[in-house]
Amino acid sequence: MTLASFISWFTGAFVFGIVIMLGCVGETLTEKSGNLNLGVPGIMYLGGISSLSAVFMTQLRVREMIAEAAAVFVEAGNRAQEWVPETGLLKFLTQPVTSAITVKGAEASYRVFFDFNGWIGVVIAIVAALIGAAFGGLIYSFLTVTLRANQNVTGLTLTIFGSGVANFFGGSLNKLAGGVGQISVATTSTAFRTSFPWISTAFGKVSELLFNYGFFSYIAIVIAIIAHIYLNKTRHGLNLRAVGENPATADAAGINVTKYKYLATCIGAAISGLGGLYFVMDYIKGTWANDGSIESLGWLAVALVIFTKWKPINAIWGAFVFGLCYWVYLYMPQGVSEILAELFGVQKISHLQSLYKMLPYIVTIIVLIITSLRKKRENQPPQSLGLSYFREDR
Amino acid sequence: MASPNREPLVRLVKRSSIPLWQSILVRVAAIILSLLFSAVIITLITKLDPVKVFTSMYNGAFGLELRTWNTIRDMMLLLCIAVGLAPAFKMKFWNIGAEGQILVGGIVSAACMISIGDKLPTALLLIVMALISAVAGAIWGLIPAIFKAKWNTNETLFTLMMNYVAIQLTSFMVDVWDKKGSHSVGVINQTTRTGWFPPIAEKQYLLNVIIVLALTVIMFIYLKKTKQGYEIAVVGESENTARYAGISVKKVILRTMLISGAICGIAGFIEVAGVSHTISVNTAGGRGFTAIIVAWLAKFNTFTMILISLLLVFLDKGAVQIATDFGLNEYASEMVTGIILFFILGSEFFINYKLIFRHSNKGGKA
Repeated sequence: MTLASFISWFTGAFVFGIVIMLGCVGETLTEKSGNLNLGVPGIMYLGGISSLSAVFMTQLRVREMIAEAAAVFVEAGNRAQEWVPETGLLKFLTQPVTSAITVKGAEASYRVFFDFNGWIGVVIAIVAALIGAAFGGLIYSFLTVTLRANQNVTGLTLTIFGSGVANFFGGSLNKLAGGVGQISVATTSTAFRTSFPWISTAFGKVSELLFNYGFFSYIAIVIAIIAHIYLNKTRHGLNLRAVGENPATADAAGINVTKYKYLATCIGAAISGLGGLYFVMDYIKGTWANDGSIESLGWLAVALVIFTKWKPINAIWGAFVFGLCYWVYLYMPQGVSEILAELFGVQKISHLQSLYKMLPYIVTIIVLIITSLRKKRENQPPQSLGLSYFREDR
Repeated sequence: MASPNREPLVRLVKRSSIPLWQSILVRVAAIILSLLFSAVIITLITKLDPVKVFTSMYNGAFGLELRTWNTIRDMMLLLCIAVGLAPAFKMKFWNIGAEGQILVGGIVSAACMISIGDKLPTALLLIVMALISAVAGAIWGLIPAIFKAKWNTNETLFTLMMNYVAIQLTSFMVDVWDKKGSHSVGVINQTTRTGWFPPIAEKQYLLNVIIVLALTVIMFIYLKKTKQGYEIAVVGESENTARYAGISVKKVILRTMLISGAICGIAGFIEVAGVSHTISVNTAGGRGFTAIIVAWLAKFNTFTMILISLLLVFLDKGAVQIATDFGLNEYASEMVTGIILFFILGSEFFINYKLIFRHSNKGGKA
């Protein structure tokens, strides 16, 4: 394997890993409260589509506003060539607008505006993803905590709902933007993929391997670390774990079980939703495709929760390992593939791709089996995972 | 500040039972509410007349004889899987792995059609395919069951992972069988039609209906009237009770998952031999997950499942029709399905619990 192909494998795995790591950290928080939320794929869908549509709609609105402003500018007796985007914009955005005509100058100023303001897009995208995904968590907690519906069924329904909403709006936005695959929020996506200055190039290959990713990747890692500290070092986090292990005991100790379950599920969902945001904005560069890829990533995130034994800190390297497994088929040395192909009686080496893609799931199954075999208490799922709590039900 | 002696505004009490008409009323109310809610959402988003939209949905599902048969066909597939899941769920074994069990059943059916299709007479071939796919599905379901029975390994997560192993396995087999390098198998035996379900009385999907309805009746009797069905119910209620009663919990878990997996495998066989005549990673198409909801909402009563699968398939077909009629996107169906299911799930609460308001019980402050 050459160094170049190693680097591309490593970086591919890293970026892939961030998506499922965010999904996993959010789901870990949720599961620690005893809620097994199988709606992670749906929640990631909601996060992704919320961010994309919010940015896209803002873009449309800004474009309209600039067009209107430019028209007013021309109407006021100025010549169109004198329209200076930045100052003209500032001057006219605040004034009442009378007509809407698209002129060339408006198009240009729109572009300038968004070159300057990709970062506004970033903020809008993050806020929208958090709200959209937390809304999914809220539906889930209302049904399972307040109405005590079955968790597995509610979670699966949330996945159906989230994927429906996301693909419905994703498809419609594409149509609005002029056809399949046409939607693009390139400026915002570029802002998301901005890496830190200096350090991203200073150390040659090391920088290329470790420091050359979009800034949000590092925020994601920090979120995982914070989640770890929260669950292990704070009183609030310990209370949460108590709720997940044995809600009746936690209740008796004066912990508000309902509040903890709601908060953990909604905040967990918001974090999982950031995984969807990262997928849309960074991984596929601010576009949308109704191809179900978020759904399979969501299930991988659920798998990762098991793989990490419910510890967010493990998600950082666990997600990377999953990423390596996921992409290994592209980088497997020829010799190994030939041996495997002969072993399985496969005619074409490219057919092995599917078998390699099984790896993350098989590894997860093995981890699941080993944790249940060893019965080490700190590695087990939260004891009340999947069960509703009803105080009078004892 | 409320005085400490005051009763809370609303108290919850678990109901021990509820009259049948009340539970039906709650569910019907939930469905009507959800339809109204979806209508509002549809109107808000698309500015279309909701009545027209629902008429269009009805046309999509039952408008033509062909459409009606397609609706029945899809309903039977969903029902078959839900019937397969019923015993496992009644035992509180969360078999989320129907998707995978369907796929492995489909793979072996396709393998039969491809390899021994021309060596056996049709009837015998179909029986062989049914048996082998049942075995394949059963094995896929049995693997997590063994670990659950022996080491109490979490079956929800295990069966979920098995789905993805099955999906990749399918993708692998598709590559192996693919002659043109297009990453798909195409229609198997398109000219000879060997291994396809023969039409009965000129109805192409009648055999599907017969098989699935037979399974539905058998499963109803198995769960309600047999000793094994009773054992499943006891294990589902409480494993400890089952042990005290001398039931071998391990044996029941293994036996039940064997049955559950086998029926899901047969669903894969029906899909491949009786519906699509091909195999791909989309053969299960999320039905394994939808069927979980069907089985759960029907409270494991296989006859109720017929109604619920009809409702879900109707929604799906209807939404596709809306999409073509009004130029919308077909994913609207998943969205509406999600909303309706949320309402039905929420309505269960009012069946299981009673709300007591502070003043509803005058002078009854004990």
